[in-house]
Amino acid sequence: MNGPAPALLDRRLLLFTGKGGVGKSTMAAATALLASSIGKRVLLVEVDAKGDIPAQFEHSPVGFTPREIHPGVLAMAMDTEASLQEYLRLNLRVPVIGRIGPLARVLDFVATAAPGVKEILTIGKIVWEVREAIEGRADFDLVVVDAAATGHIVAQLGAADTIRELVDVGPLRTQTQWLSELLADPAVTAVNVVTTPEEMPVAETIELVDQLRREVNVPLGTVVVNRVLPELFTRGDEETFDALREPQTGDLLTARLGRGATDVLDAARLAVSMRRTGATHLEHLRRSVDLPLLYVPYLFVRAHGLRVTRMVADALGAELGL
Amino acid sequence: MNARRAGTQPAFTLEQLLAAKEIVVFCGSGGVGKTSVAAAAALGATMHLGGKVLVLTIDPARRLATALGLEGLGNRAHRVPPEVLKAAGIEARGELWAAMLDTKQSWDDLVLMHAPDEVTAYRILENRLYHDLTARFVQSHDYIAMERLFEIHASGEYDLIVIDTPPTRNAIDFLDAPARMADFFGSRLLRWLTLPYRVGGKRGSRVFNVASRPFYQMADRILGSQFLQDIAEFFLNFQSMYSGFVSRAKAVERLLHDKRTTFAVVTTLEAAPLYEAERFCAALVDRDFHLGALVLNKTLPDSLRDPDGAAAAGACIDEAGPLADALVETGDPALADRDRTARVLRTVGESYRNFSVVAMREAELRAELARVPDVVASVPTLADDVSDVDGLASISRYLFHGEAT
Repeated sequence: MNGPAPALLDRRLLLFTGKGGVGKSTMAAATALLASSIGKRVLLVEVDAKGDIPAQFEHSPVGFTPREIHPGVLAMAMDTEASLQEYLRLNLRVPVIGRIGPLARVLDFVATAAPGVKEILTIGKIVWEVREAIEGRADFDLVVVDAAATGHIVAQLGAADTIRELVDVGPLRTQTQWLSELLADPAVTAVNVVTTPEEMPVAETIELVDQLRREVNVPLGTVVVNRVLPELFTRGDEETFDALREPQTGDLLTARLGRGATDVLDAARLAVSMRRTGATHLEHLRRSVDLPLLYVPYLFVRAHGLRVTRMVADALGAELGL
Repeated sequence: MNARRAGTQPAFTLEQLLAAKEIVVFCGSGGVGKTSVAAAAALGATMHLGGKVLVLTIDPARRLATALGLEGLGNRAHRVPPEVLKAAGIEARGELWAAMLDTKQSWDDLVLMHAPDEVTAYRILENRLYHDLTARFVQSHDYIAMERLFEIHASGEYDLIVIDTPPTRNAIDFLDAPARMADFFGSRLLRWLTLPYRVGGKRGSRVFNVASRPFYQMADRILGSQFLQDIAEFFLNFQSMYSGFVSRAKAVERLLHDKRTTFAVVTTLEAAPLYEAERFCAALVDRDFHLGALVLNKTLPDSLRDPDGAAAAGACIDEAGPLADALVETGDPALADRDRTARVLRTVGESYRNFSVVAMREAELRAELARVPDVVASVPTLADDVSDVDGLASISRYLFHGEAT
């Protein structure tokens, strides 16, 4: 640990991982939007290429070549085959096509057989772009990655080390050295884990943080807790709320508010219970993980699109004190 | 408001489906509650249909695993003790059994079954690539889950097997896993890669043929020749299991297509999981699998879309002051503070309106579903997590009797 961790957005590579369905893409997109709003240029990389990222900016899908999808935000979709071609072209000066047969099938095979190949092609491309940014050759300052889900991220981040364990000589060995160094640099990289206040996502987050610390040398940034329900009542307010649900009060309310009074009180009861269940999981998370937690509220009005990206970016900005 | 009105009973129910099928595969994207729904369906079958029911679960939440007594069991199935069910007030007609999937153990078993001899089997099991391959090969969990299912079904020990599927990035992947596994072992590429080692006579001496030379030169430059040789040797050994493996993978695939097998898709009514679920339903139908049921999990109560509720919520906000005044009159000390009561009333009204928007969005998304199977079950958001048999029993009531929807 060399002094205090640099502010999140001052780093060069921010990866977002987490259990499927917790909102990784939204957090990556919102972070990119937030960074662009304070004047940075951002490359947003979608690793699982589901096309979610451009949609968060109301943009059509993008390919391997970065395209500006929003002022200050470029996006690209990871494609390991394209990454291999680029690697071969840049590093080995091999005229690729036609010499090693159908590249896709070869890659498919090698990637299946050799652990870490697909992963290294993914993380290698990402870190290569980071180095371009640091050395001033890119037209962006920050790389934000909508990374692989919990089950896959450790293999991806550890790919460079895995390869060096398996491969004794050759260019791959030397070329993975700088990659590991950039990934390990806390001034450059931060892995952020996205979660929700639910049992499984919290359990996976705790396990993942632990596993990342044990197995890979990559600095951790924050844990982003998505879809946090609002606290409806203070303790005193809750007593009042409980009193509203007493039978005699209920009659009075039904008389004044109509048949729907029960529905309204039941809905609030459900909201309180859901919040409380979530709070138990959050408490467990806080006790088990010593990383800064950022809270993003549950959004009632909209579920996706640029509008949501903006709202989440604002929430993250507030949490980061921007 | 609770029980369904007479005459609206759908012709098809989940109960009927479970009575007819021997295997139910629950699938859907991550975080939708597949595991709980699968366990609840198995519990419901035990209660209503009887017989011996197994729930094979991939990655249960810890507390659920504890509740079912699954911890530290590896691949072994065990019976959920009748006392546990009784304690939750459940009169079970049949036996509920539970098992988890231990991927590594299952792969090892498979190798031991198919290897031509023990020496080859151990050469494979001890290969450093073997661990990485089985642990990281993205489809290996998918395949092994289906393989275990086949194995258990073939044992003839259960009347009904309920399985939840592994969390894959793409829910459709596991459908293709058996076919892909067969393709992989039969691929020309695999033969091509191992060819120089096979024709070279003694292991490790490579004889290049013209066609493969550039590939090897390329691969050597990237990976180093030792590494490539390790891979080739590993696959040479692995190939000795080829015919056993492929015929097995084909048998697994046949079982998934069998009339006795059905698929149930689980989703929440959020845009992304629902989109996945729709694609998944379509993929099942396209591939001639039996799409048996759609389970909408964690839905919000219909009362959130009730016009009376909306009116009451509006009045709570607009007339909070006068209402609070009237409530002071009740003499309840918790309602003595007029301002506090007014604030609580406004909060209650706002909260209803917030959740009402979500409930309406859910209803609309549900209405827009293009292709739905005959059985559609809804399970509402339960206030607490499902982490015990009680919780599973309440889910199963919704699955079987459509309570409160």
